[in-house]
Amino acid sequence: MDLKGFDHPGELSAGGTRSVKVMIAGGFGTGKTTMVRSVSDIKPLTTEETLTQASADVDHLIGVADKTETTVSLDFGKISINDSLMLYLFGTPGQERFWFLWNGLFKGALGAVVLVDTRRLASSFRAIEEMERQDVPFVIALNVFPDSKDHPIEEIRDALDISPQTPIVVCDARDRASSRDVLITLMRHLMERSAAALEPR
Amino acid sequence: MSAPRRPTDPSGLERYYVLTKGRSGPGGSASSLDVATLIVSRVAPLPGMQHEHEEILRRCRDPLSVAELGAHLGLPFNILAVLLADLLEAGRVEARDPIPVHGAGRGPDLALLEEVLSGLERL
Repeated sequence: MDLKGFDHPGELSAGGTRSVKVMIAGGFGTGKTTMVRSVSDIKPLTTEETLTQASADVDHLIGVADKTETTVSLDFGKISINDSLMLYLFGTPGQERFWFLWNGLFKGALGAVVLVDTRRLASSFRAIEEMERQDVPFVIALNVFPDSKDHPIEEIRDALDISPQTPIVVCDARDRASSRDVLITLMRHLMERSAAALEPR
Repeated sequence: MSAPRRPTDPSGLERYYVLTKGRSGPGGSASSLDVATLIVSRVAPLPGMQHEHEEILRRCRDPLSVAELGAHLGLPFNILAVLLADLLEAGRVEARDPIPVHGAGRGPDLALLEEVLSGLERL
């Protein structure tokens, strides 16, 4: 490992290590945790956010018996892109009542994968709406379950009301290579968007 | 400073109250902490430090995300953020926020995306 940080603790001890994050969103039971698990380099972990009523008086937020305390879990994983760049993947909480949290969650994310179960398209409507509302670039990944029917992608695009620019791919969230390919599709999509933004009008 | 008191209910809110000395959220530079922010120790653990502070310094010799720290220490994000605020204020750790491509008034960073892409292709 890089030992420079120990010799010169005042300097950039991280050795220039940087992080980026990608969110894995979608409705309940669409395979978010499965995808984080299959593609992560580390054993996926769970971090907890203790939530309290946003309007509560600051002094009482951790107030001992405050009944508004709720714990939300985020499953996450990590991929070492190279020696100095880490990609963190965060699965969004499945419980719809915690979606108000998403404002903070998506801040600073490169983009998102929205997982869709074609047997229950509606379960991911809300996730797609949130991406659009927060202007988070995303790709749609149709997670194939054993009894999923084979729908033409364009039919699904219509049903989900997804713009023609947003990629839709089929994946198996249990499979590492397949999940990685979804992330590759997301990166290519982000690059196209960036390149388009750089073009003179 | 006296040794940290052991809470009687190690999993409950009382524990968090003791750990944070009753503070509910971080102030200053720690208020922008993200789950993907990397934390790196700048000093070795000092004798007499609060146990959790010591633990953070030990685990962050190599950069570690706030989310990983929280998972390893079994602490929710906002409690950990209070502890990190203390260490940041004292200059004992350094925090590096995730690189944003989206928003933040910065131009799109093609080089970064390409770097992520080629890393993924090597998986």
